[in-house]
Amino acid sequence: MPKIIVEVMPKADLLDPAGKAVNNALHRNGHNEISNVRIGKRIELHFDRAVTDADVAAAQKIGEEFLSNAVIEDVVSVTVEN
Amino acid sequence: MRIGVVTFPGTLDDRDAQRAVRIAGGEAVALWHADENLHKVDAVVLPGGFSFGDYLRCGAIAAQAPVMESIIKAANGGLPVLGICNGFQVLVESHLLPGGLIRNDVQTFVCRDQKLVVENVDTPWTNQFKLNQEITIPLKNGEGGYIADAETLKRLEGEGLVAFRYKDFNPNGSLNDIAGLRNERGNVVGLMPHPEHAVEAGFGPDASVAMRSGVDGLGFFKSVLNSVVNA
Repeated sequence: MPKIIVEVMPKADLLDPAGKAVNNALHRNGHNEISNVRIGKRIELHFDRAVTDADVAAAQKIGEEFLSNAVIEDVVSVTVEN
Repeated sequence: MRIGVVTFPGTLDDRDAQRAVRIAGGEAVALWHADENLHKVDAVVLPGGFSFGDYLRCGAIAAQAPVMESIIKAANGGLPVLGICNGFQVLVESHLLPGGLIRNDVQTFVCRDQKLVVENVDTPWTNQFKLNQEITIPLKNGEGGYIADAETLKRLEGEGLVAFRYKDFNPNGSLNDIAGLRNERGNVVGLMPHPEHAVEAGFGPDASVAMRSGVDGLGFFKSVLNSVVNA
């Protein structure tokens, strides 16, 4: 199925409590080689037809205005899988 | 004095907010998220809860609801709007107030009676308080950490837009101990703690006179009734 994948991450300088909790659990399990964990979101927008350039532009806008909050998050990638 | 209280799917405190309006002497009008009609209300309360299950981000989907389109328009025209907890999150997601709210720095849900300082009494929601009055109302949230970039924080502080600040204890890592904000015009106010849970003796926070006798939240609702009468 053609899709656009939008990936959103918490801003780099922001505390990511979920990532921190997972990192702590990994350290408890002996994975001290992992220095940090950050958790973001992968959002798939599905289409019943091929994805166009206009769709990608719209997805970028949707990503920045709705799927992420610019105060706390960044859209790190918008990719197409046709 | 018709005070609208919005219910989104997942809202929890709409009935408490309606009751607070009635105890203060106003008429509570239930507003529905899918109905863009504001039914001629004089003010709106966005109550707490977990609208749309906190999916995507707290308040983000509610901010897109039909009723919010009307509320944003009316708020920009001066309609008094109070956002409590999830309602505050809806206000920042609607860009009616700046910044964002993230998971508490303590990584747990926090529920406590919280002391606040009222730092701004020039709004329809705070005019019955004294400047720098200390009040205690319940706080209960998982994602109440207020953040904004340095420039926004500087503007909020410089223009006196911080309406409420946590006193003695910052429960969630909010920058500058910010518990609530007002907009430039003053008609839009948002805060994480819950005034609607401190409006009737016997059911509020503990106070020096007696257990559960705290009614500091009533001032919010009396303020808006006062401002609507004088408008």
